[in-house]
Amino acid sequence: MGSIVPESQPAASEEVVVLKDPALAAFLAWLIPGLGHWYQGRRPKAVLYFLCILGTFLLGVYLGGDRQVGWGRTVYFSWRDNDDRLAYLCQIGVGVPAWPALLQANRMANHEKFFAHGFMAPPRLPNTVLPEYPNADQPPTLSELHLKLNRFFELGTAFTMIGGLLNILAIYDAWGGPVTYRPKKEEKPEKDEETPSGTTDKGRTKS
Amino acid sequence: MIGLLLAIQAGIRWQDSDLWYALPLIVAISLVYAATRHERMRAILLHAGHTALWILGFMAAIFVLLILVSWFQ
Repeated sequence: MGSIVPESQPAASEEVVVLKDPALAAFLAWLIPGLGHWYQGRRPKAVLYFLCILGTFLLGVYLGGDRQVGWGRTVYFSWRDNDDRLAYLCQIGVGVPAWPALLQANRMANHEKFFAHGFMAPPRLPNTVLPEYPNADQPPTLSELHLKLNRFFELGTAFTMIGGLLNILAIYDAWGGPVTYRPKKEEKPEKDEETPSGTTDKGRTKS
Repeated sequence: MIGLLLAIQAGIRWQDSDLWYALPLIVAISLVYAATRHERMRAILLHAGHTALWILGFMAAIFVLLILVSWFQ
């Protein structure tokens, strides 16, 4: 097991972080924000990551859509000529919540209708017609999305990208623990230097 | 001082501003960043508060700078 746990009993001021299987925790953390920490037993942080990261992502999904054009139009996967959606590289960091975009892109490639009223569906390319839709009900192009959603398209894109990028920090935390955490093995020999609080590093109160 | 007065004057219209969308971002970013550096919730919240204040201060400084630039334009 690749966990980082001090060999000896830690002092009261030290924090023991049991990472269990770091690779599995990192994978779970990518699937659902906070799931990796839940698996490790770090429940408060799991809830914090879940609420903050998923909340940011879902707020972006809400801002980037409406009833007319469909919800979640700022999260879509597209690797076509003149429409490389690089933002999705950040958005996929949030894991499963961004997967519908991949399914919708696959449906578009197979000339199938989108599910859930175009939720996270890629926009239609300009001057093209999707044969699976009637002419009066063609999905919107990127220009039409910008026109109808106005600044909320960019806002939604920014929120969902930040949500995905924040989860990369959480994945690293699930894999390696807090950045300031030092495993017991790597600690240098203790010195009798005074700390600002008036105690020594051995925990004795300075007289 | 002029910049501060203009900022206060501009603040009257903040209820219509898109700046409010920055608040949930600042909260989420501060908390997640702090959580990657601490394990205990108290330390996380303290660090997050400090980070949020730093971001708000930075934004306020840029805000005043832009108002001054627009004033002397």
